[in-house]
Amino acid sequence: MKLLEYEAKRVVQEYSIPVPRGDIATTALEAEALARDIGRMVVLKAQIPVSGRGKAGGILFADGPDRAREVAQGLLGSTIKECPVTSLLVEEQLDITEQYYLSIAVDGLAKSYVVLASTEGGVDIEQVARTTPDKIARCWVDPISGFAQAKASEMLSGFNLSSRTTDRLAQILVTLFSITLEKDAGLVELNPLVQTSSGEFIAADARIIIDDNALFRHPEFAAHNLAEEATPREIEAKRQGLAYVDLSGDTGVVTNGAGLAMSTVDMVHYFGGSPANFLDIGGGGNVEITKKGLLLVLSKPEVKGVVVNIFGGITRCDLVAQAVVEAISESSVKKPVAVSLMGTNQEEGQQILSEAGVVSFPGMEEAVVGILKMQRGNEHHR
Amino acid sequence: MSIIVDNNSWVVVQGITGREGSFHTAAMLDYGTKVVAGVTPGKGGQKVEGVPVYDTVAEAIAEHGANTSITFVPARFARDAVLEAIEAGIRTVVVVTDGVPQKDTIEFIARARKKGNIVIVGPNCPGVISPASHAKVGIMPGHVFSPGRVGIASRSGSLTNEIAWHITCAGLGQSTCIGVGGDPVIGLDFVQALEMFRDDDETENVVLIGEIGGGAEESAARYIAESNYPKPVVAYIAGKMAPAGKRMGHAGAIIMGEAGTARSKIDAFSAAKVPVADRPSEITKLLGA
Repeated sequence: MKLLEYEAKRVVQEYSIPVPRGDIATTALEAEALARDIGRMVVLKAQIPVSGRGKAGGILFADGPDRAREVAQGLLGSTIKECPVTSLLVEEQLDITEQYYLSIAVDGLAKSYVVLASTEGGVDIEQVARTTPDKIARCWVDPISGFAQAKASEMLSGFNLSSRTTDRLAQILVTLFSITLEKDAGLVELNPLVQTSSGEFIAADARIIIDDNALFRHPEFAAHNLAEEATPREIEAKRQGLAYVDLSGDTGVVTNGAGLAMSTVDMVHYFGGSPANFLDIGGGGNVEITKKGLLLVLSKPEVKGVVVNIFGGITRCDLVAQAVVEAISESSVKKPVAVSLMGTNQEEGQQILSEAGVVSFPGMEEAVVGILKMQRGNEHHR
Repeated sequence: MSIIVDNNSWVVVQGITGREGSFHTAAMLDYGTKVVAGVTPGKGGQKVEGVPVYDTVAEAIAEHGANTSITFVPARFARDAVLEAIEAGIRTVVVVTDGVPQKDTIEFIARARKKGNIVIVGPNCPGVISPASHAKVGIMPGHVFSPGRVGIASRSGSLTNEIAWHITCAGLGQSTCIGVGGDPVIGLDFVQALEMFRDDDETENVVLIGEIGGGAEESAARYIAESNYPKPVVAYIAGKMAPAGKRMGHAGAIIMGEAGTARSKIDAFSAAKVPVADRPSEITKLLGA
C-alpha cells in the first residue's frame, strides 16, 4: 500500500524528522487559507500515488494566498498521470542549499533490506543511479544485525561531509530503519532530504510503501486503502476478497495462481485473442468465493467467453467444478465457458462438469483455443 | 539421489490440525512421504490421519527424529513457526503459507543464514517433490509427476504443475521439482537451486520457470553464463503480456523498472544461451523429447 506524500510525512514527523510547515487542502479556499498562514512562497503538491508528478505538472509554486487559490483551482479536479487530483499538500517553500537522497528498501536478491544514500538527491536520482552508481552508497541490513549509528556513519564516510552533517544524516538513516521495521515498510524514501540555508535538515518529500501482508498489525493505516487506482469492478472484487484485474479485450480468464494466470493471459494473446480480465481464485478453492468471482468475470459486458484453467495443488478441482456449474446456472447472461481442470481431484471435477454439460478440455492451451473458437462461432451466428 | 527431499526426509507438519494442514498431510502420506509428526500448539496428544500431534517441534524431533518441516500455519504465525523449527534443529523448512509479512521472511532467512546449513523453501510456495524417492513435501498433486532426470525450479506453483505434466506425458519425468515461491523475498533461490542440481547425479537438465517482477531470472542467467553451467537449462517466463505495473496476485509480479520485464528476462537467458519456450507445452521440445 502506497502512502500519499502527506501520510508518509506524518509518519516521518512522528519519528522526529522535520518536514516543511504546511497541511492538506481539498478546496481552493483551504489552499488560500493555508498559504496565508504560512505567509511566504508556498508550494502546492498534488497528492497522487505515482512518482514523476513534478515533471507532469503536479507540483506548482505560488507567491501568496491569491495565487495559491488560483493554482489550487487549476490542480484540484485535474488528472495527472491518470490519477484524479482530489487533495493538495500546501507547504512553505524551502531555502535549499543541499539535496540528499536517503532510502531503505527491501532487496529481494539480497533477501534483506538495502540502505541507500546519496549527496545527489532530487528529481534525477535515477539518472545518477544509471550513470554514476558509485555516487550512491549502499549497505545491506536485516532485523537481526540491526542498523546502528556507527554503521550508518561508516556508510556515509565516502562522501567527505562535515562530521556534523554525517552525524545528522546517519541519525536520520537509523530513524528510517526504525520506521521500516516498526511500520512494516517495503520502502521508506526521502528524496530529497534538504539542508536549508539555516543548516536545518528537512524531508522535502517522503515516500512510504507499507507491506500489504503486514496490514493486519497496522490498524493506523486502516483508513487509507482507497488511494490506489482501481476500476469499479476491481474495487468490488477486492471487497469480496478476490484477486481480479480488468484488461481491455473480450475473453475472461479464470485461473488459480498468479503464474498460471499470467501464462493463460499470454496464451490468449498467443492464439490471437485478447483477455478482458482475469481472476486468480488463489489456493483455497472455496466454492462460494470461486462462484462469485466467476459471476463477476461473466458480468463484464465486454466478455464474450470465459476460459477457466485450473491446475490444482492446494486447489481442489471438484470444488472448482461445482462453483463453475453453479455460476453458469445462476448467471443471467449466457456466454460460452471452456474449462480445463487438472490436478487434485480432477476426475471428480471432470465428472461434475460432464454431468452438467459444461465443455471441458485436456489442458490450458486446448481450452484457450477452444474458447476462442466458441467466441468466433457465436459471432458468426449473429 | 535427488535434492532437498528424499528417502531420508522425516517430515513434521506445522499447523497439521488446520484444514489445509490435515488435507495435505493425507495427500503426502498417500504419496509415500514419511510424515512422522504434526505440531499445533495446545493440541498435543491428538492424531491427524494417524499422525501424532505435538505442542512443539522439539518434541516431534525428540520422539521421531524429524529433520524436515512443512508449515501450513496462518501468515501471522509463520515467523514464530519457522523460527521454532530452526531453533529446534530442523534442517529443511518448506513454508507453504501465503501472505507472510516481508519483514518476518527477512528475519527468519537471516536467522537461518546465521545458523548455517539450513534450507528454507518459500514462503508462498507449493513445496518440493522428488518422485523417485516418493518424497513430497508440498501441496502439488502427486500424480502429475513421475521419476526422471529433469530438475525443475519455479516461481509459480500452478505453472509448475502444468509444465511438469507436459514433461511427464513426454515420458521424461523429474528428479526434483522445487517451487521456490512467489514472494519478492524467498529463501532458496534459482541460483542455489541450480548449484544443487549441478551436484545431483540424478539430474540431467534443468527447467527454470520464471515470471515478471524482481531480478531472479536475470541473476540465474548471469550465474549460468559466469559459471559455465555444466548441464543444459531451458526456461519459460510468464507475464509477457501483463499490463505494466498492474498487480497480478502476488507482489512478486509487480514490474520493477527494466530489470523485471519479460523482455529483460528473456534477453538475459538468451545471452546465457538458455532457450526460452514461448508456450508451456514447448518445454518438452526444448528438452529434446
